[in-house]
Amino acid sequence: MRSRRFVRATPRPTDALIESFLGWVGGTGWSIRLLESLYMWNWVESVHVLSIALFVGTAIMMDLRLVGLAFKGVPASEFTGRMLPWTRVGFFISVATGLVIFYSNPLRYWHNVFFRVKLVMLVLAGLNVWFFHSRIHKRVSEWDVEPVPPRAAKVAGVVSILAWAMVVVTGRMIAYNWFDCDLQPQPDWVNWLASCALETGAN
Amino acid sequence: MLLNFSRWCEGTAVSGAINNSLWLFAAIESVHLLGLCLLGGSILIVDLRLMGFGLTGQPMPRLIRQVRPWLLGAVTIMIATGIPLFLSEAIKCYYNDAFWLKITTLPFALTFTLLVRARIARDGAYVNALTQQAGAMSIVLWFVVAAAGRWIGFS
Repeated sequence: MRSRRFVRATPRPTDALIESFLGWVGGTGWSIRLLESLYMWNWVESVHVLSIALFVGTAIMMDLRLVGLAFKGVPASEFTGRMLPWTRVGFFISVATGLVIFYSNPLRYWHNVFFRVKLVMLVLAGLNVWFFHSRIHKRVSEWDVEPVPPRAAKVAGVVSILAWAMVVVTGRMIAYNWFDCDLQPQPDWVNWLASCALETGAN
Repeated sequence: MLLNFSRWCEGTAVSGAINNSLWLFAAIESVHLLGLCLLGGSILIVDLRLMGFGLTGQPMPRLIRQVRPWLLGAVTIMIATGIPLFLSEAIKCYYNDAFWLKITTLPFALTFTLLVRARIARDGAYVNALTQQAGAMSIVLWFVVAAAGRWIGFS
C-alpha cells in the first residue's frame, strides 16, 4: 500500500526550507486526496508508463538510426522532423503525470535515493539532447542519408539510449522502499544521498 | 484446473528464487519495462506510418522490414521477462482481472501485428482506410495489453 512518510527536518537551513515547503505541499487537500484515491493515482501512474513507452520508444528508434544500427536509408532529418514531434508529445505527458505523482507524496520522493539518481540522469539526458540539437544536428545535411552517421552522432545516440534507460529503471525503483529514511539502519552513503535526518543518538 | 496450474507455477524453482530475493523481481521488472519501451517504439513507428503520420517519406514495406528485428527482439524480451514475473506471483495473477484481460488480449495483439498488420504494410503502397484502421487497431490492442499489464501491479 502507498503510505505517507514523514522525515524530520535536517540541520541545514536550505534543507529545512525545502522540507517545510514539501511538507506543506503534501498536506494540501488534493495531494492527500490523490494519494489516498482508489483509482486516480493508478490512472496517473498508468498514463505515466504508457507515455514513457511512446516517448522513450520513439526516442530509441531515432537513436538506433543515429548509431547506425537500424533504418539505413531513412534520412536522419526525417526522424527529427517527422518523429520528434511524437517523442515530444510523449515527453510532455510523462513530465506532466510525473509532476502529479510527485505532488501526491512530495516528501517521500524527495528523500528517495532512486528519485534523486533519476533527476541527475534526466539532467544528463537533457544535456545530451541539447548538445545533439545545438551542435550535431545543425550540420545534419552533411550526413543526412549516410548509412553510418559521424562519430559525434553515434556517441549522442548511445548516450541517449543509456541515459533514458537509466531514467526508466531508476524511475521504476522509486516504488521500492529499500533505502527509505524511516527504514533505519541504512549505510551512511544512503543517509547522505537521501538527506535523511537521523534521530539524535543514532549511529 | 487453472488454479492448480497457478499453484504449480508458484512452486517452481524460478518462482522460489525470485520470491527469496530482495531485488530479483525488481531487476526483471526493470528489463520488462525497458522491453516495453523498445516494443512501444517499434510498434508505434509503423502504426503512425500506416495512419499517415511520422516517417511518411518511407515506403511501408521497407519500413516494416527494417523494424521487424527490433520488434521481434522486443517481443522476445517481454516474454522472457514476463514469464518469470508471472511464475513468481501466479496465484495472485489467477485472482487478478487485469492479468486475465492482458493475457487474453495478448494473442490477438501478437497475431494481428505479426500476421495481419505485417501483410497490410507489406502490400501498402499509400495510406488508405485499410492501413489507417490497421494502425489504429494495433495501437488499441497494445494499449490494452500494456495498460492492463501495469494494472496487475496495483492490486
